[in-house]
Amino acid sequence: MAAAGAGLRRILGLGPALAMIGVFMLLPIGIIAVYSVLEADPYGGVEPRFSAEAYIQFFFERDLDDSLVFNSAYLEIFGRSVLLAAGAMLLSLLFGFPVAYYMATQREARRSLLVFLVTIPFWTNLLIRTFCWILILRDHGLVNNLLLATGIIEEPLTLLYTNGAILLGLVYTYIPFMILPIYASIEKLDLRLVEAAHDLYANRRQVLRRVILPLALPGIVAGSILVFIPSLGAFIAPDLLGGGKKLMIGSLIQMQFSSSRNWPFGSAAALFLMAAVLAAMIYYALGPARRAAQEAGP
Amino acid sequence: MTAIAERPQVGAAPAAIRPRRGFAVGRFPGFGAATLLFFLYLYAPIAILIVFSFNAGRSATIWAGFSLEWYLKAFANDDIQRAALNSLIVATVATAIATVLATCAALAFARGGRFRGQTAAYAVLTMPLVVPEIVTAVATLSFFAAIGLSLGLGNVIIAHSVFCIPFAFLPIRARLQGMDTTLEQAAQDLYASEWQTFRHVTLPLLMPGVLSGAMLAFIISIDDFIITLMVAEAGSTTLPLYIYGMVRMGITPEVNAVSTVLLLVSVLFVSLSYLIGRRR
Repeated sequence: MAAAGAGLRRILGLGPALAMIGVFMLLPIGIIAVYSVLEADPYGGVEPRFSAEAYIQFFFERDLDDSLVFNSAYLEIFGRSVLLAAGAMLLSLLFGFPVAYYMATQREARRSLLVFLVTIPFWTNLLIRTFCWILILRDHGLVNNLLLATGIIEEPLTLLYTNGAILLGLVYTYIPFMILPIYASIEKLDLRLVEAAHDLYANRRQVLRRVILPLALPGIVAGSILVFIPSLGAFIAPDLLGGGKKLMIGSLIQMQFSSSRNWPFGSAAALFLMAAVLAAMIYYALGPARRAAQEAGP
Repeated sequence: MTAIAERPQVGAAPAAIRPRRGFAVGRFPGFGAATLLFFLYLYAPIAILIVFSFNAGRSATIWAGFSLEWYLKAFANDDIQRAALNSLIVATVATAIATVLATCAALAFARGGRFRGQTAAYAVLTMPLVVPEIVTAVATLSFFAAIGLSLGLGNVIIAHSVFCIPFAFLPIRARLQGMDTTLEQAAQDLYASEWQTFRHVTLPLLMPGVLSGAMLAFIISIDDFIITLMVAEAGSTTLPLYIYGMVRMGITPEVNAVSTVLLLVSVLFVSLSYLIGRRR
């Protein structure tokens, strides 16, 4: 009787939220999976006829006589997305690690203030924060004005609409996701281990490499994934800072559903992005467990 | 080999005879400077945006004196007013829906022990955090198109309610986990009905978590851009969409002024959420 009541209450409590996400998120993802194997309607939407065209389009384009010709344009977009996301991940790690370490070794009150300062940008508008960089980087932006005024350069440098600008924007957006997990793993680190290493004549570099980095590894792995995944699917940074010319997967997907009106192709690209995210998450879920199992082994 | 080669630099003679207390264990030179540089990198662009919102000139990057002109202009702009109103309506309704659903879900999770499918339910609830936003955006668009749903702002509200759920859910669940059940048990010992216990004991204790979650949901909704971009029909323009349009048309300090207001709203709400959520 009591068990049945608990079960009913659980269904009533969880039901609405699960139904909301199920109907308006899981089901729609299922729908784009179906759309990806249908024919495109040139006015947007799909024709209910089976077609593998969306997947063929990744690699080939159709010639006038309908023969398939290899086309690397989309592969380049995917390659660029992966490279930029990996670059953003590495830069975030290099720049973020010292910051996370410094934060984690401060006094308690200062620590929570610093963590709060790192999280605030996450809650502010990403579009606006990216727009700030346009003000700084454009031809008559702050950097160029400053360099021109001091006479270091005579012509404005092209800073905006470059891969570098996209990278800068991605790091700017996602570096807090690198810092916070590393911070969390270093905060738990026992400083006596560092002391012991010094007692055993390890210098700072050795302590960093042999003691601190291995202990911070779970945070580094988590942070890397948390930066890589959203960078891969980023839309705002490539759109505003890349000028919409240097496409990434996110902007490609968006275009297929708006100006290009090729929903099946956009759906297929979206599924690819989902698969990449899933792969990263599975790696994360299995990775640490696998390593632990190996360490426990003979 | 390299370690030996480096030694003269790292532990040169003066350092060797320096008293031990001068050597702070676990401190690395340059890390403090990196942190300072990081916070500059994080906040300087925002500071520049705010400073130039007060620019008297038409340029968003050449300073021409202090003026509130762009704020007055932005506040008088009918389109901005309409977009701001749309944003407020969407965020308020979506927050209400998401917070109620999330509170029910969190209660079902925390009160009633472990159950089968718990991990799966948790995965579904936090799914909007994992799926790339652009995928959610085009999937929702496809779904609305497939079922022919065209409710104007209603479409945007539905989409926002979905991705606000985990942001409301996580703080509420955290609060519930930190709450012990003795007060609830005491209330029931004193013959309070289940509803009375919930209404007079559980809910007041849970309120900081609910408020904290609701505020986060509100910010996430009011700041959302990508999903709104894909889902919004003509006439459902929200403030971020309007700002995007302004940036595309050409940059004047009016963009800075609107953006500054939106930034301040977010910072205010996240600070409140933080303070309320921390209260015991």
